[in-house]
Amino acid sequence: MKPKFAMYWAASCGGCEIAVLNIDEKVLDLDANFDVAFWPAAMDAKYKDVEAMEDQSILVTLFNGSIRTDENEHMARLLRRKSKLLVAFGSCANEGCIPGLANLSSRESIFERAYTSPSTENPQHLRPLVSCQVPEGTLTLPPLQPVIRTLDQVVEVDYHVPGCPPESHQIAAVLDVLIQVVKGEAELPPKGAVLGAGNSTVCDECARKRDVKLIDRLSRIQDLPQLNTTDCLLEQGLLCAGPATRSGCNSRCPNVGAPCIGCYGAAPGVLDQGARLMSAIASVVDENEPDAIDRVLDGLPDPAGSFYRFSLAHSLLRANREAFDDKP
Amino acid sequence: MSDSTFEPVIIGFTCNWCSYRAADLAGTARIKYPPNVRLIRVMCSGRIDPTFVLKALSEGADGVLIAGCHPGECHYLEQNYKALRRHRLLQKTLAQFGIEPARVRLTWASAAEGALFAQEIAEMVDEVKALGPLNWPARPMPMATAPAEIPVLSEEAA
Repeated sequence: MKPKFAMYWAASCGGCEIAVLNIDEKVLDLDANFDVAFWPAAMDAKYKDVEAMEDQSILVTLFNGSIRTDENEHMARLLRRKSKLLVAFGSCANEGCIPGLANLSSRESIFERAYTSPSTENPQHLRPLVSCQVPEGTLTLPPLQPVIRTLDQVVEVDYHVPGCPPESHQIAAVLDVLIQVVKGEAELPPKGAVLGAGNSTVCDECARKRDVKLIDRLSRIQDLPQLNTTDCLLEQGLLCAGPATRSGCNSRCPNVGAPCIGCYGAAPGVLDQGARLMSAIASVVDENEPDAIDRVLDGLPDPAGSFYRFSLAHSLLRANREAFDDKP
Repeated sequence: MSDSTFEPVIIGFTCNWCSYRAADLAGTARIKYPPNVRLIRVMCSGRIDPTFVLKALSEGADGVLIAGCHPGECHYLEQNYKALRRHRLLQKTLAQFGIEPARVRLTWASAAEGALFAQEIAEMVDEVKALGPLNWPARPMPMATAPAEIPVLSEEAA
């Protein structure tokens, strides 16, 4: 009998599932070597089927998405119990990713933004309810938790596969290792390992020319009249997260003229991606007077969102006061 | 918010060449200042990564003091300007987290300014006392040991 494989999405966009399907015919190897026991995005399955499985009966679960709702937490605990190997798959499960930016707001302001902002057509001011009576019975929705957590803040995690989404060639390599392990041709990597990524920074993989890093202004890409195609983007005044971000993507964004936004998470040895990036950016500002420094830094209207775009939920501070004070 | 019995914990990063010696001078000159600051000597204020500040705040400190040589007098020429820039940027970022600017203070003190250093500490302790405890909730992490029973969400959800 083939070992069981599962993939689950919690608070995520579905991009991780697409990235897995992007491995093309490799997915057939996955099917040849594993019995897909549970994968809501790819096939019909019920939570009760997972609940009925024996503990540890799934060999490997790729878990993507952060923990936003009670349902997410329930599934994280359930899949932890049912799986021998639980893999935090993609940026949301590892660092909170874009959903984690909600840790800068209370739930009330999130609902306000989602259901009453000027761009929303909602004249009756309807809001979703966790429980609602209809003639047929009670409808329920899982409640939001005040602070988004990453998978390893909720359950023990065996491996980490970073990226938003993980690059398909990296996913293929990770699945190859798993298949070799199943066939007895390879040993499992040490617990806690980061798989499918490099051991350096995006800058290290970037082909752009680096010269003297001194910036006298920070711009957004649409405000720059012309972008030089060969030189370091940071040196041209764009906030690039390359210095603080783990390699593994072959510097995909900078190669095509877009700055790194940090989706592979903190580089090895970096405790807090945003703090490291703050350090790197502030160091190269070519001003020494407080007012002049502030003028350059004013080019960053949303520093927390820019430095922690992907890693807020896993940063040292994790959330702001508003979110922490938002008691359930 | 302020509590008369509240004694803030302040982590003070001081540079080897000026501000640590200012603290030393304050000590040998027997200048009194509040004992709330735990000094950590680093070689240069340019060594202070914002990570250090965030780690201190997230693990129980109520404030962080960064002290370096006066601008233009850095032992490593201009690294204290880096400290200045990082401090400005960190303050901008901390504002979004709801952490008051008075909790992270940057100051300059030469090796001869023991009295000034003591006064800076006294001022900062007063300001942080007025703000009250930070009690940043990031620690303890809600790192889970799975509960014995995993509750079933509901029949409908299944």
